[in-house]
Amino acid sequence: MSISTPSTDALDTDRTAVLVLEDGTTLTGRPYGALGTTFGEIVFNTGMTGYQETLTDPSYHRQIVVMTAPHIGNTGVNDDDPESRKIWVSGFVVRDPARRASNWRSVGSLTDELVEQGVVGISDVDTRALTRHLRDRGVMRAGVFSGDALVRDGYPRPTEELVELVRSAPAMAGADLAREVSTPTAYVVEPSGDFAGREPLKTVVAVDLGIKSMTPQRLSERGIRVHVVPSWSTIEDILALDPDGVFFSNGPGDPSAATHEVELLREVLDRRLPYFGICFGNQILGRALGFGTYKLAYGHRGINQPVMDLATRKVEITSQNHGFAVDAPIGEQATAPHDGGRYGRVVVSHVGLNDDVVEGLECLDIPAFSVQYHPEAAAGPHDAAYLFDRFLDLMTSGAASAAGLSAATPSTSAKEN
Amino acid sequence: MPRRTDINSVLVIGSGPIVIGQACEFDYSGTQAIRALKEEGLRVVLVNSNPATIMTDPEFADATYVEPLTTEVLTTIIAKERPDAVLATLGGQTALNAAIALDEAGVLEKYGVELIGANIAAIEKGEDRQQFKDVVEKCGGESARSEIIHTVEEAVAAAESLGYPMVVRPSFTMGGLGSGIAYDEQDLRRIVGQGLHYSPTTEVLLEESILGWKEYELELMRDTADNVVVICSIENVDPVGVHTGDSITVAPALTLTDREFQKLRDIGIAVIREVGVDTGGCNIQYAVHPETGRVIVIEMNPRVSRSSALASKATGFPIAKIAAKLAIGYTLDEIPNDITGSTPASFEPTLDYVVVKVPRFAFEKFPAADDTLTTTMKSVGEAMAMGRNFTEALGKALRSIDKGGAVFHWDGEPASGEELDALLAEISRPTEGRLVATQQALRAGASIEQVFEATKIDPWYLDQIQLVNEVAAAVADADALTRDVLVQAKRHGLSDAQIAKLRGMGAAGESTVREVRYALDVRPVYKTVDTCAAEFEAKTPYHYSTYDLETEVSPRERPAVLILGSGPNRIGQGIEFDYSCVHATLALKGEYETVMVNCNPETVSTDYDTSDRLYFEPLTFEDVLEVYQAELAAGPVAGVIVQLGGQTPLSLAQRLADAGLPILGTSPEAIDAAEDRGVFGRVLADAGLPAPAFGTATSLAQAREVAEGIGYPVLVRPSYVLGGRGMEIVYSAEQLTGYVERALHAAATDDRTTTGSLPAPLLIDRFLDDAMEIDVDALYDGTELYLGGVMEHIEEAGIHSGDSACVLPPVSLSEAEIERIRRSTEAIAKGVGVRGLLNVQYALVSDVLYVLEANPRASRTVPFVSKATGVSLAKAAARVMVGESIADLRTSGVLPAEGDGGLLDLDSPIAVKEAVLPFKRFRTTDGVVVDTVLGPEMRSTGEVMGFDRDFPRAFAKSQAAAFGGLPTSGSVFVSVADRDKRSIVFPIKRLTELGFEILATQGTAGVLRRNGIPATIVRKFSSGRGADGEPTIVDLITEGKVDMVINTPSGQGARADGYEIRAATTAADKPIVTTTQQLAAAVQGIEAVLAGPFDVWSLQEHTAASAARKAGAGA
Repeated sequence: MSISTPSTDALDTDRTAVLVLEDGTTLTGRPYGALGTTFGEIVFNTGMTGYQETLTDPSYHRQIVVMTAPHIGNTGVNDDDPESRKIWVSGFVVRDPARRASNWRSVGSLTDELVEQGVVGISDVDTRALTRHLRDRGVMRAGVFSGDALVRDGYPRPTEELVELVRSAPAMAGADLAREVSTPTAYVVEPSGDFAGREPLKTVVAVDLGIKSMTPQRLSERGIRVHVVPSWSTIEDILALDPDGVFFSNGPGDPSAATHEVELLREVLDRRLPYFGICFGNQILGRALGFGTYKLAYGHRGINQPVMDLATRKVEITSQNHGFAVDAPIGEQATAPHDGGRYGRVVVSHVGLNDDVVEGLECLDIPAFSVQYHPEAAAGPHDAAYLFDRFLDLMTSGAASAAGLSAATPSTSAKEN
Repeated sequence: MPRRTDINSVLVIGSGPIVIGQACEFDYSGTQAIRALKEEGLRVVLVNSNPATIMTDPEFADATYVEPLTTEVLTTIIAKERPDAVLATLGGQTALNAAIALDEAGVLEKYGVELIGANIAAIEKGEDRQQFKDVVEKCGGESARSEIIHTVEEAVAAAESLGYPMVVRPSFTMGGLGSGIAYDEQDLRRIVGQGLHYSPTTEVLLEESILGWKEYELELMRDTADNVVVICSIENVDPVGVHTGDSITVAPALTLTDREFQKLRDIGIAVIREVGVDTGGCNIQYAVHPETGRVIVIEMNPRVSRSSALASKATGFPIAKIAAKLAIGYTLDEIPNDITGSTPASFEPTLDYVVVKVPRFAFEKFPAADDTLTTTMKSVGEAMAMGRNFTEALGKALRSIDKGGAVFHWDGEPASGEELDALLAEISRPTEGRLVATQQALRAGASIEQVFEATKIDPWYLDQIQLVNEVAAAVADADALTRDVLVQAKRHGLSDAQIAKLRGMGAAGESTVREVRYALDVRPVYKTVDTCAAEFEAKTPYHYSTYDLETEVSPRERPAVLILGSGPNRIGQGIEFDYSCVHATLALKGEYETVMVNCNPETVSTDYDTSDRLYFEPLTFEDVLEVYQAELAAGPVAGVIVQLGGQTPLSLAQRLADAGLPILGTSPEAIDAAEDRGVFGRVLADAGLPAPAFGTATSLAQAREVAEGIGYPVLVRPSYVLGGRGMEIVYSAEQLTGYVERALHAAATDDRTTTGSLPAPLLIDRFLDDAMEIDVDALYDGTELYLGGVMEHIEEAGIHSGDSACVLPPVSLSEAEIERIRRSTEAIAKGVGVRGLLNVQYALVSDVLYVLEANPRASRTVPFVSKATGVSLAKAAARVMVGESIADLRTSGVLPAEGDGGLLDLDSPIAVKEAVLPFKRFRTTDGVVVDTVLGPEMRSTGEVMGFDRDFPRAFAKSQAAAFGGLPTSGSVFVSVADRDKRSIVFPIKRLTELGFEILATQGTAGVLRRNGIPATIVRKFSSGRGADGEPTIVDLITEGKVDMVINTPSGQGARADGYEIRAATTAADKPIVTTTQQLAAAVQGIEAVLAGPFDVWSLQEHTAASAARKAGAGA
């Protein structure tokens, strides 16, 4: 199947943008956002709401995101919804951008925001055909070209040349990108909401591998003080903050390339510090425990993904954004392979119902658990918010659902170390 | 957890007749549920009084009762069938109310029957205003400030704190019945008075006005493990103040950020849990303040609703089917998603397209009614369309409405100055035509801010309408129709006809545009509704058209048969036609690849697994042709069936044939022959069949000439209409002039015609007074006629057959007369060239059988006849259309081996069809119910069937099913026209013998007294109350002191004397008899009711008994 668009009769560079895929597929549309050239791994997101959160999610760093929902930009942009300091996607593909934003919180149009932040996008393409293509062929590298990028010496650039450019762009596999998105300096998020101005119930160090701002917020509104630290922090940096628990965030890149993070987490686990990880933080836990990770054909990106909590058999509808997954046995207790079972027993706690992908890990002998999806939502349903409570419980009781902790286990709090 | 093992049989309660607010969506949901339960090996018992439903087909449930949904009858059925459980959440408010009544009467407890899918406490929490308010607050939501009142005086007192305007909502009514907006005390007294009456608990909620807020709905499902998912969000384009059933709605919601949407979701989930909806579907409505985002929860329905049907069709998620499975114990994660086959039902559908629903109204049927849209639902149907963006979906939805003036246009000069001011004033009042008027205002240069101020329609939607205007301007101004111009036009929903009009291309313009389009390769592609935005592969070919890159229609080898559905429900073209379409697909599946084309989301035909392929598309020439082209590219196409979906597809037949599409069954030429008076007249003359004198006219002068030649009264109507639209009995030249002028005006404003003249001639017939009308449905294969059934109307000719009660087999026709009818029908079928179904209406006067009209298509009565005789006529018709003979069908068992519906044995049960009329919904601007006199214009929305061993019992059942039943004691008011005075003596005498008190006006009382019948004289309405406050008859009726009214109209004018009496009776919900034939039937029915409780038989038992009789006769 070819999904190439017949090229337009005359090249009108102000009105033309071209999306080029690594496999040679090209789609012609209109420029959206900034004019220019961009490269990235092309992925699709099926959420019907939350484009502003998606754009500002650092996990999308170096990715070109295709929105399957046709109308994007209807509610404009506002100051509350960004999940980080900037837009991270490297390119944006939509079908029908809004001409007018309408929402009481809107402070500007998405188109202007994309231009301002220099995000090269393309609109008016058959996003469904593109999504089906990616579903069948898997994610791949792609480029968006518009404006002068489509011209060389006054003539349209040949498609083959654009394809070559795409093929020479770096691939996602093996990429260590957390450093590129992490906060350069540590900062603190104090307890908020009902706990604002009060003494924190607990202190957590959150290692920022691409953290979304909703995550520290979800912790802070539970009375937790959150120290967000750069991805290159050391165990000494963490211990210096005297935390009750450690959190590893979501983030872009291939977990197999995250050597520093895996080592850092092992240091945390060795100290029996309560650990909670989300997304990349789940993959890091998987790798720290000695499991492998692998790349999914086309990933899970959307806000309608059913996940079952295998302990309660309840289904939660989750927000997801991951291209890699942990390779661990589902439905059985396993001994974490790393270093001859140093971390004891582990179970897959959550599983994706659409395709049986591992969506959560729980250690039975050490205070650590993680999920592959996004309980902080933003965008997405709040069904999994209970996991933040579980983390608080884990820090409070030292056990929570990690009921298997034996008395022989070294103390569970860094404070006693 | 897997399905419960303690439930082996389930009683499913249907929703009864189609009424406004409760249409065939409940046939769709009930049918799905029955299939789902049968799949699980359960014994399913069904009760529904509506014979026009698919669910009541004997092949669906194990025992099917077409019986009234009264507590008495339901109790009898439960006692007989002893089901383990009752499922009542899929039959609308009617079924839910029936279940509550059974519970209150202790029936469920007595027979140990469990109510599944809902519990009474949850229903009460969801529907009781105060309890629900408490729930919402507990869930962190807000309700509008409100007060519950039980009397009008309490309401007036409450107004002091709430202020006007104020919303009035009665508890436990459906479709917003009895609700409204009060702007002052007078309004308040009137609306609250009605509301208290309609509320079964005499309870009304008054609340602060949230008019103009944004309105949203969520469809949720919950299972026994407390998993909750949101199936669909729906946004109303019309803001709060217009009932959601009357609003243009969009899925998914398009103007909420994720935070705002998740807030609605969180509240919704908390509410469904707090209310305690056991399992199944639930719908919650919200209002969102456009400037502050304040969220108010308006209401919830703890059951499958009209919106659930819409959500199912919009997303591909079969809510009713899943609800049935959840009710018997499954959890969402245990049920597969049919569409993908590989993922579970415990997910939330995501859409990569936009769905728009547009309501269809019938105000033209009720000219006196106030056409302002309010919180009381008034639409009679709806069309849904899908596109890859809003403008495309909207354009398709508007043209799916199939009504003049429904689509955007750019005719004439844009409004200017004062005209624009008038237009802006006009659109501040919500009406059927508001969206088009809004488009005109924007076209005329009104700013989006101005239009928003007037309409409160979200600016994003207004900008989209402005976008359509801009695209239209580009089309009109372009030097030539280039590819780019055409692509833009099609991507924003313009039809070829609209493009042609914009280009001033004249009558043949549509074809020219299409040819240019084809030459430039601008063709639609067909995408798939897959619940997951293409994340997983879809197994279900459920398609919609769009102008995009890639098509998803897969190739096939078996020949396809395209079946054209009937589009949005309207009065005169409703569920009956969907029934026939569904039967055709059932009859042809297997041998052919059946392809359904329809745009009505309420129907069984648009369920994704009814046909092999489903195209959710408008039923216009362009859209049907494109589907055909797409299917032709996929494999061989055997033909197109146009004769089962009513007039909408039938009217496309000739153009489709001209475009080269093979039309199955009766040819377009033969269809024309039946419609063309001249040709049809020759057919009748050749066969020696008398018809009333007639003529045709295309101008006023011609019409007068014809009418004078025939002699008044005459029956006048436009040709090619269904449901008697525009039909009138005309008694004078003056009345005729008025009629023709109105018709010319209508033709001038109908954008489906390209000329200002009448698109087709007016038909003028002699009107036969005092005739008995007979309806016949028959099947003809070219050589043999199968008489499906002969129906004798209870009302005289002149009342539209759709509004008339009728009985089958006929109770007063001799065998010789039936034989005459058979011969006449055969002659017509042969003369016209019918291949398939034929409906003929006859009038019998003084032993002469006149042919009134013949329609070579499925009629409204096909399902009734099929149920009453146990033979599926539509299935047989589909087989005839693909070339089988009636003899073949007799051999294969589709038709009985011998005999037909004209020859029923004497022990055959009697079926009475009764119409259900929507007068209560329609009020004049003064708030009075519109007139309820029946006439040649059809106004009923639905029908019920009473089925029993003799006519009186069957008639009594039909009345119980239609409106709660005939009175068995009390007082009857009689006031009849002079010509009727003679014929009422005997029936009225019988009523006095049965113990009724007779009230009458002076004149009628005199006649009765002289005949020895005691009658109390009451004051006429026109006399007003007496000196000592003696009430008039209208006062008595309003106060509920009259149990039945007999009032035949005397005048021929539109405003007959009895109007106030009839209006008051309708408003008081009491039976009203407007013809003497009805009176005779009513008296027989009352006798039958007094004789004791009804017996019940399932259709399957009737069929078995009939087979036994035949076997006995043969032995």
